[in-house]
Amino acid sequence: MATRTVPLRELAHGRTGDKGNRSNISVIARRPEYWVLLVERVTEEAVARALAHRRPSRVSRYLLPNLHAMNFVVDDVLDGGVNDSLNLDSHGKALAFLVLDLPVEVPDSLATLTGGDP
Amino acid sequence: MAQQPLLIGCGAGFSGDRLDAPGPVVATLAARGGPACLMLETLAERTLALAQLRRRDDAAAGYEPMLDQLLAPVLAECLGGGIRIVSNFGAANPVGAAWRIDEIARAQGFANPRIAVVTGDDLSGASHQALLAQRLRDHRTPLSANAYLGAEAIAAAWDAGAEIIVTGRVADPSLAVGPAMAHFGWDATDWDRLGRATMAGHLLECGAQVTGGYFADPGFKEVPGIAQVGFPIAEISADGGCVIGKAANTGGCVTLATVKEQLLYEVHDPSAYLTPDVTADITGARVAEAGPDRVALSGVRGHERPATLKVTAFYEGGWLAEGGISYAGPGAEARARLAAEILVKRLPELELRVDLIGVTSLFADDAGRLLASKAPGDARDVRLRVAARHDHREAAERLAQEVTALYTCGPAGGGGVRTAIRRRLSTASCYVPREAVKAGFEWVS
Repeated sequence: MATRTVPLRELAHGRTGDKGNRSNISVIARRPEYWVLLVERVTEEAVARALAHRRPSRVSRYLLPNLHAMNFVVDDVLDGGVNDSLNLDSHGKALAFLVLDLPVEVPDSLATLTGGDP
Repeated sequence: MAQQPLLIGCGAGFSGDRLDAPGPVVATLAARGGPACLMLETLAERTLALAQLRRRDDAAAGYEPMLDQLLAPVLAECLGGGIRIVSNFGAANPVGAAWRIDEIARAQGFANPRIAVVTGDDLSGASHQALLAQRLRDHRTPLSANAYLGAEAIAAAWDAGAEIIVTGRVADPSLAVGPAMAHFGWDATDWDRLGRATMAGHLLECGAQVTGGYFADPGFKEVPGIAQVGFPIAEISADGGCVIGKAANTGGCVTLATVKEQLLYEVHDPSAYLTPDVTADITGARVAEAGPDRVALSGVRGHERPATLKVTAFYEGGWLAEGGISYAGPGAEARARLAAEILVKRLPELELRVDLIGVTSLFADDAGRLLASKAPGDARDVRLRVAARHDHREAAERLAQEVTALYTCGPAGGGGVRTAIRRRLSTASCYVPREAVKAGFEWVS
């Protein structure tokens, strides 16, 4: 089957939250038909690779099929968290966009969203 | 038992939120009529520690510094229209906040506002010192220690007829759960209803984050009228389920996507979102469109609440120094990198974080691994930003001096130096038995 690679952002949206030294990143299908593909491709390993330079001690994925959403919980990636990190973005609010930039291999026949409605 | 839906509007999602946000929320609540409440969430973890420090210097201070500006414009419409107000803007001094609100109300012609203050969250005193030292495994005296209270004291104050309920540290969603509990007469062990109301409170607590704030991504996720983004209003029904809408005549949007993103915001295990009131479970949650800018949340469950309460303590964290200088044009990145090398050599006593804004910054790590992995390139508009922490202010100030000196002693064409020194607070959390915390409320006025 012919495939192509697109950034995750064409298939999903999401946002980052933080508590202490832990970040959570939601990845939500922009269309229900992307859900199965996302579950298959956007794995704990893929997210851990995207954040490797921040040395996560653990990445856990939780699935919420009714919402076509997954929640990644990433431990110890905020350099201590909002009160200790020296990052300009000490909350790690930008991190969802690091994950949304992950390359995802999709069937050529699958229409992805390069803009427009969420 | 009242079964009419309860409207809860959120007028602030953090200390520093828009001061003109509550107006349209209150106007909408008044126009819709029926039981209603204005919730103002203004207390992040760090906000409370800073408030404790302010109170040390001035016994009358320590509550939300923008209290007057936030409340005065909407107070008369709330008191006159039966819209109750629930807020954690009491911060480190809820009684002080309550007296100030009493003054504002009197000045606006309301002689006897019924103001309740929720007490018991502040564990900074001597009576909790031994317990905290043991639980935090730290024998330093914290600058502040506060327990996250739940909804029960708020519900009790509501039942007693409070028009304004001022709290210090409570779990954010509890600001919505308390009013719902009292309004519908729920039992404190009605886990499913408490779980549902908790997630309604969770959707409200960050203000515009559920109505199109923290969401727009041009070309991918558009938000109409974002400059006038409206704040949310939840319509809570007797079973705890809710419909999220927003203030009338405002911008922003409430869509399945905005609600899903906020539902998962700061959630870890979705089967166990822990608050003092309940263990909420959103694994079966569903969202559905319920009209323009209206989304219904259903399918939330609740399980027994945790046996302990979370306490967050703050300690002196030394000083944070930051500095920046910019380079542009040919060789800009190389000049910024050279400037960073100079600072590292000149400041051996500091562990510097280095960012090259325009090359890599936000995604990078304090240890510099991401930056080190990037081969030098030829970015043409680069801002060098450095940051470091030190126990002593004088050492932190050395960073500011060295960045400033780059004007004349550093690479060619460096401009736009800015430096800042800030006090840091470090934090630690622990859990204490519920019996160690005496939550309640008292009247002020």
